[in-house]
Amino acid sequence: MADAKIIQLGSGGPADRGSRTSPSASARRLAPPQGGRRAANSRQAPEADEPPITPEPDPTPGSEEAPATSPFGALVNELLKLASRSLRSLKSLPISQLEALVADPVHAFASVAQAMGVDWDESLEEIVAFIRSRLQGDYAVDAFGFDPEFTTRIYLPVLRRLADAWFRVEVRGAENLPVDGSALLVSNHAGTLPLDGMILQTVVYDEIGRHVRMLGADLIFKTPYSHDLARKTGTTLACQEDAERLLASNQLVAVFPEGFKGLGKPYADRYKLQRFGRGGFVAAAIRAQVPIIPIAIVGSEEIYPLIAKAPALARALGVPYFPITPLFPWFGPLGMIPLPSKWIIQVGEAITTDELGPGAADDPMIVFNITDQVRETIQQTLYALLMQRRNAFL
Amino acid sequence: MAGERVVLVTGVSRDLGARFARSLAEEDVDVVGIDVVPPRHDLGRSDFIRADIRNPVISKVIATRGVDTVVHLAVVAAPDSAGGRSAMKEINVIGTMQLLAACQKAETFRKLVVQSSISVYGASPRDPAKFTEDMSARAQPRTGFGKDSLEIESYVRGLARRRPDVVVTTLRLANLMGAGVDSHVTRYLSLPVVPRVMGFDARLQFLHPSDAVAALLLVTNRDFPSTFNVGATDIVTLTQALHKMGRPAVGVPQAAAPLAATLVRRAHLVDFSPDQIDALTYGRAMDTSRFAAETGFVPKFSSLAALEEFARAAQPGLLSPERVDTALDVVSQVLRTVVARNG
Repeated sequence: MADAKIIQLGSGGPADRGSRTSPSASARRLAPPQGGRRAANSRQAPEADEPPITPEPDPTPGSEEAPATSPFGALVNELLKLASRSLRSLKSLPISQLEALVADPVHAFASVAQAMGVDWDESLEEIVAFIRSRLQGDYAVDAFGFDPEFTTRIYLPVLRRLADAWFRVEVRGAENLPVDGSALLVSNHAGTLPLDGMILQTVVYDEIGRHVRMLGADLIFKTPYSHDLARKTGTTLACQEDAERLLASNQLVAVFPEGFKGLGKPYADRYKLQRFGRGGFVAAAIRAQVPIIPIAIVGSEEIYPLIAKAPALARALGVPYFPITPLFPWFGPLGMIPLPSKWIIQVGEAITTDELGPGAADDPMIVFNITDQVRETIQQTLYALLMQRRNAFL
Repeated sequence: MAGERVVLVTGVSRDLGARFARSLAEEDVDVVGIDVVPPRHDLGRSDFIRADIRNPVISKVIATRGVDTVVHLAVVAAPDSAGGRSAMKEINVIGTMQLLAACQKAETFRKLVVQSSISVYGASPRDPAKFTEDMSARAQPRTGFGKDSLEIESYVRGLARRRPDVVVTTLRLANLMGAGVDSHVTRYLSLPVVPRVMGFDARLQFLHPSDAVAALLLVTNRDFPSTFNVGATDIVTLTQALHKMGRPAVGVPQAAAPLAATLVRRAHLVDFSPDQIDALTYGRAMDTSRFAAETGFVPKFSSLAALEEFARAAQPGLLSPERVDTALDVVSQVLRTVVARNG
């Protein structure tokens, strides 16, 4: 019998558990040797050694600027170009229009509204009749508080302008959207504020004429005005009961399983899908035996590039994060204008669940597998779209 | 067997109790109504006994009259109609306890119908859109009527456990709404200027008193041993209700809502408990499909129709439909000239 072999544990320094600033002894052993002890003790910026997953496009041809070294450099470059372009177009604005605005504000307001394309497609009489019915409460809302009249006549027209003129949304795979029956749309979630949900609702309505009923976090319903708007436009709380109730009543339901983890991720992590909740949305779809339709949205990450989250301030305000972007809060309300990124929304092929049987919803393995399948589909679609995209803003 | 039935109705001096006793008495049933104050409404062919359910004398009434069915409607939703919060709690909780204790001993006792309320579900931003009977409150009501209703239901469950031979039906009624209804909600909607929590549009579900009476009659005449949600199938939003009532609203930040409620109470206008403020902030609705499926009950009034009936009977508000019409006519006239000028 040979002597027992002695296995050294934690030989690379004092055997300790590590702290916030220094890795533990076992972690040091695992790490590849990097310039001796100094490297082991220094904090590493995660971006430094790991190239961004986003395939950054080549610098636009003809640009003299030095190639950007960090994702932020690239973003700032693009923003500067955008700003100079819009300045040029501002200069061409005739001064006479401004004079007309001062002379006759009512007329000017009407023409500005027309120019902005707030087009309700109606004559004056109809508008007045509409306002009358609203002011006298002659409209119907469903049990979730969804007000279809408000949504189609006020909310969607405004968002449509944002989608068409500002984000220039391009929808691909619209034929995968079901024209009848219920389905669960699952999408990535990004952009600090949930504009992606609103835009998705708009484009789906424009493609197939169906309202998307979204499921939202309870913070939406805790926050004044956001509660009001969300309920009016068909969003309800993301809970099992509501999801099943909607799916049972032939509705198109959209869910963003990443939640705040996706919405409030830093700009450096853009287009990296976060954890997909606990798969509750998959269980709901299996129980209702409805197809899951994966949706990948590209462009939403650039609208408010999140630099920092100011956790102390966020805690004080009771929100998951306080967004600090290149423009917010430095420029006040102006910083709340989303950057005009170019959006692509790809609707994937449906993942059917009806052959599984409703009992499968209680099998965690099946639920996890489908969750992973949906997540992978969206992630791969995002990468593919990013490869095709020339530039975030053009 | 009809004619031998004796039904004890508590809380008959109140509107719903009186209506129910009157309708039931027409059906060849002996109705004994009790309350602590003399009835203000016509009780029809039913007898009235002035008694307090918090007093042991109630067991004598049950024994001597041979009561087989007890319909418990003596629950008070607002402190001001009971004479303070502690009196309200005593009527609701202690009253129910005493009544059920008396019932448990009575040999003739076969059936219990209890009026509960939508407020057992509380109200919070984490609520599902519609509560079914199997769900419990996401935010348990800790004060006020919601808490009382929860305690009443727990005593009723206790009785059902101890007397398995008794048919126990609990009806969770939505807020009553209709011409002449006096509740905290109707008083609130009748204020000349209505303070409301800014940025929230509560979903309200109503029940017309005639539908409430119909539902109570249904479960009194036939056996449905369960708990049911009873209400109209639709909802109206607070904004819609205020427009229907023609009442202008003034927004109050959520943090200041309890203060505003205190001011309104001091002015002897409406008395709110915190859970009722929450209900008027986040809104809540019940799924009434179980009651419809098991009993075939179809409410005659939608929430909107019940509200419209109330609005027609109430004082017209500052923004009455006529005034809104006139104002809109003026505005459209002005706009028409502007448009004509622009070509």
